[in-house]
Amino acid sequence: MTNPTRDSLTRPDGWEGFAADWSSDQRAFKTASWGKVMMWIFLLSDTFVFSCFLLSYMTVRMSTTVPWPNPSEVFALELGGKPVPLILIAIMTFILISSSGTMAMAVNYGYRRDREKTAALMLATAAFGASFVGMQAFEWTKLIREGFRPWGNPWGAAQFGSSFFMITGFHGTHVTIGVIFLIIIARKVWRGDFDQEKPGFFTSRKGRYENVEIMGLYWHFVDLVWVFIFALFYLW
Amino acid sequence: MAQAATRAIGHVEGQHHPIKLYLVVWGWLFVLSTCSYLVDYFGLQGYLRWSLILLFMILKAGLIVAVFMHMAWERLTLIYAILLPPVLVLIFVGMMVFEANYTLFTRLNFFGTGP
Repeated sequence: MTNPTRDSLTRPDGWEGFAADWSSDQRAFKTASWGKVMMWIFLLSDTFVFSCFLLSYMTVRMSTTVPWPNPSEVFALELGGKPVPLILIAIMTFILISSSGTMAMAVNYGYRRDREKTAALMLATAAFGASFVGMQAFEWTKLIREGFRPWGNPWGAAQFGSSFFMITGFHGTHVTIGVIFLIIIARKVWRGDFDQEKPGFFTSRKGRYENVEIMGLYWHFVDLVWVFIFALFYLW
Repeated sequence: MAQAATRAIGHVEGQHHPIKLYLVVWGWLFVLSTCSYLVDYFGLQGYLRWSLILLFMILKAGLIVAVFMHMAWERLTLIYAILLPPVLVLIFVGMMVFEANYTLFTRLNFFGTGP
């Protein structure tokens, strides 16, 4: 076996590196750990799931002969006696972006081995995520009371409801799972599992601060999906 | 073995960037989100609306993937393995646009104002 140290130091970059990595007859992802690569591949598969939802939404919206309801009006909230378009959705967007900001900083402090700041920032992320889900629950409740159903609604094409509940429901589920995942990892950080390299209960692999970054990948992905939902479903 | 090798080769474990970078990106994401909200607030319509929505969407997604998810610092091998497949979804979009137009055509021509 060749010396991995020398091998890595002479590893080419750019296209040459791309070709060398794939044709190395070894693992292709030279610098990313298996955990990170697996999370990326999971996120890629999840991208396809959400792509299919958004695609089916596009298809039903393009093919219906009934007018599509105006999301700007459907999702407006009364503030001070007059309706403000999409205001709750805008607030939810800012909350999710803020949660991504705190998550990115948590990853950074994790690599600096700052246990307390990492755990605190992760809990802040979880709190933002939980408030997002809370607002979504409020939105669903309000709309369902107004007669909004997956099979029909008072404002126009029935497919609007089917797409809405499917897409936001799936996204909300992802956020909820993320919040649970965040709390679990934050607890591990707080206990110092990653400083002591304590093995995980499921994989028995040594705990490392990279776990925080992998958790972060999932969380940023949830935010990323919302960017697409916000643009294509709420604003279009 | 692979794990030991990764550590031995001195690939700096993890990502080390100044906090300021994340704050700047965070700020930009706020600005871009505000812009896309304003598109709706001012009620822009037609191609201007659609192109602005897509532009702000792509910029936001790019910032999140490149900086927050650290894709900008990964090797090209990983970048292409992950980012190229979703681009192919655009072909699927093209197919479904075709299909949706056909469905609409049949509904209008053979079912009156059908469902």
